[in-house]
Amino acid sequence: MKNSKMINLLLLFLCISMMTAGCVSTTNKAFLCKESQVELRSIQTRAFDLTDKKKMLQIVISTMQDLDFVIDKADLLLGSVTGTKFVRNASITMTVTVRSRGEKQLLVRANARYGVTSVTDPETYQDFFTSLEKSLFLTAHQVD
Amino acid sequence: MKRSNLVKYVFVGTVCVFLAGCMTVPKGFLRPPSDYLETRQLQMRQYDTRDQEAIISSVAGVLQDLGFTLDSSETKLGLVAASKNADATDARQITLALAADVLSALSGTHSNNMAGCDKEQKVKASVIINTSLDGSKTVIRVTFQRIIWNMQNQISRIETIKDPEIYQKFYISLSKAIFLEAQEI
Repeated sequence: MKNSKMINLLLLFLCISMMTAGCVSTTNKAFLCKESQVELRSIQTRAFDLTDKKKMLQIVISTMQDLDFVIDKADLLLGSVTGTKFVRNASITMTVTVRSRGEKQLLVRANARYGVTSVTDPETYQDFFTSLEKSLFLTAHQVD
Repeated sequence: MKRSNLVKYVFVGTVCVFLAGCMTVPKGFLRPPSDYLETRQLQMRQYDTRDQEAIISSVAGVLQDLGFTLDSSETKLGLVAASKNADATDARQITLALAADVLSALSGTHSNNMAGCDKEQKVKASVIINTSLDGSKTVIRVTFQRIIWNMQNQISRIETIKDPEIYQKFYISLSKAIFLEAQEI
């Protein structure tokens, strides 16, 4: 009688350990992407007919400030700007990178996160590029 | 039987609605707010100098004078970012919470309003120094944000600071540091 109880208990332990071993660790969760990368890239990227990376970054910074972002970091060499904005009780982080495309154009990519969710809505990014266009007096070109 | 099914469907439906509400990211948060021109006026000043380097080091100095520690900077783009932890306790808020707690204790119920009181805040400042469009002046724009924690160390509020007094104080200190008068945009 005692033995069968012990066996039952052991079996239960075994089951639990096997189940937990099968679980996907949360580390993998951080690298999961639901969206197609190509599609997301075209939503987040625009090309501008401008070659001055520094000027473009300065305009990106002032556009982000107009949108209530506080600039946390910027790097001219990398061509990146990161800022944070608070909407109600959530924080939005956005990184914008600028790099050259050929000899006549600059590629601007914006990447926003709303809390722990990444923003994938095309309209939201379009709003940002519309503001950027206005500050630049230039037209943004859709990138394939 | 049919009624219990109905209850089940309503329950599942409600749960779905709740879950859907959790996942949505609001739209239009990258559209310029209606008051962005006023905010610009509040946060921006220009100085009659072209010496950007002198201004950047003065900005860093003023931030340190105000008790901030520098987090990040990129002098080529004219960025200085700094932050500061400060006390956020408000005597009035604490008195009210205490009174509410005492009242509820007297009436025989339990409440803990004190735990929701503000305790600490982190203020973030970010300054961008740029040349004006015609190249003759230096334009500065400072932005402040703050995160407030309550007595239980939970974040109770996050906000962009839009109090004109805070910005004026910053520019008064900066003007003193560079011996120049700040001009409104």
